[in-house]
Amino acid sequence: MNLLEKLDAAAAVRKSLLPDGVGAFGIPIEEVYSATEARIGDRRVLLLGTNNYLGLTFSPECIQAAHEALDTEGTGTTGSRMANGSYSGHRALEQEFANFYECCTGIVFTTGYQANLGTISGLVGRGDTVLIDSDSHASIYDGCILSGAEIIRFRHNDMIDMEKRLRRLGDRTTTTLIIVEGIYSMLGDQAPLAEIVQLKNKYNCTLLLDEAHSLGVLGETGQGLVEKTGLLKEIDFITGTFSKSLCSIGGFCVSNHPQLDQLRYISHPYIFTASPSPATIASTRAALKLLRNGSNLRKQLWKNCTQLYTHLNTVGYRLGPEPGPVIAAILDNPRQALQLWHGLLEHNIYVNLILPPAAPDGKSLVRCSVNAAHTNEQIAHVGATFEKLYQQFLVA
Amino acid sequence: MTECNYDEIMQLLCDRLSTLTSSETAITADTNLISELSIDSIKLLNLIMEIEDSFDISIPINALADVQTVHELASLISRIKSAH
Ligand SMILES: Cc1ncc(COP(=O)(O)O)c(C=O)c1O
Repeated sequence: MNLLEKLDAAAAVRKSLLPDGVGAFGIPIEEVYSATEARIGDRRVLLLGTNNYLGLTFSPECIQAAHEALDTEGTGTTGSRMANGSYSGHRALEQEFANFYECCTGIVFTTGYQANLGTISGLVGRGDTVLIDSDSHASIYDGCILSGAEIIRFRHNDMIDMEKRLRRLGDRTTTTLIIVEGIYSMLGDQAPLAEIVQLKNKYNCTLLLDEAHSLGVLGETGQGLVEKTGLLKEIDFITGTFSKSLCSIGGFCVSNHPQLDQLRYISHPYIFTASPSPATIASTRAALKLLRNGSNLRKQLWKNCTQLYTHLNTVGYRLGPEPGPVIAAILDNPRQALQLWHGLLEHNIYVNLILPPAAPDGKSLVRCSVNAAHTNEQIAHVGATFEKLYQQFLVA
Repeated sequence: MTECNYDEIMQLLCDRLSTLTSSETAITADTNLISELSIDSIKLLNLIMEIEDSFDISIPINALADVQTVHELASLISRIKSAH
């Protein structure tokens, strides 16, 4: 098979799952009306497939900050911070993240994907070990591969399996980086952080926590799982993204280890890419302020999460183990998932379809992301539609 | 399981693989795990986790990238086991 034939073979597999005309992946969105509504084709749809957890995409404060930065600093930085310089906004945002997490050091990356790539490959290398959850996001897997460290996985959120693997590492645990996520993006469940911290201390490892989906969502001020569990001081490195609750693009790493700063000189995903544009940085800074003071938004978000989770659970859907802004219905096979996804779209509700191998353990998922801007009526309507489709497709 | 040589590992692998595959092919050292046994990657990863527990080892996923045949998997396990 030549290179192009290999791509043809992959396309054939994809087509066998998705009938012609169903563009479930990369669906064209023609117009966006608000944090909860958009137009797909000629349908005005309710958005339940975004990671806009606090509903801030159209916040006037963020939009105005971005406008001002565009007017005063232009559209782009046109280069990397190492070679072309750091704007005051980049430095200020790093300081703001460090303050937010009560840490001494913060680094901003161009995306959350690169934050994981850059942090992991900067911290570990050949001869070191990474111990990761089997449900880890692709950016964590890719960061580990880039690093050259030995990659060992433990069963998702299974502390017995994790400890077994730590024990098997013997004295190599001191050069082992454990990586877990605050909220897992597929099933919306949280890491058992207290037990993980206990094991990290018992075996003398280093711990990295990715708060991508939990930033803005968990904790009184929105720090994430570290705040909900009161374990901030126990975590060595925290990464996260601006692309979800902060509604822009970018990523960060913060730490109380001043050595984090060295990553600026060794980490390719930090060095060899252009820095975030001024408008991106400005809207992120405004969003971070709203996020810190957003306890009312978090209350509304959790009310919505619980309402939808409870409704789908009562109807009989198989869901992830706990409610959260990511609510995934687990279907028996890709066809069923596609039917449900398509049925929802026909009722003007847009959610995410996730088929193997993207979802863990060969699962097929129809995943909803709930946000603080959804009204009770919208959430009730989504629940009722899921209920109707359950009767239609899933009752044998 | 403590002391374990290559032949025992081979035997255990062949036994487990024959219950997982739908293919009629006889399993030998040179059998290709994916293309000949048509065991999907998820079943294979679960099998790996089971094997890790039977031999009390962790197999790094980087090392699995080079594994195609039953023989290669058995040698990898025996290498990791003897390094312990
Ligand atoms: C757990 C996790 N980490 C990192 C990322 C990457 O973030 P970004 O979208 O900023 O590249 C994502 C988002 O997809 C994620 O779910």
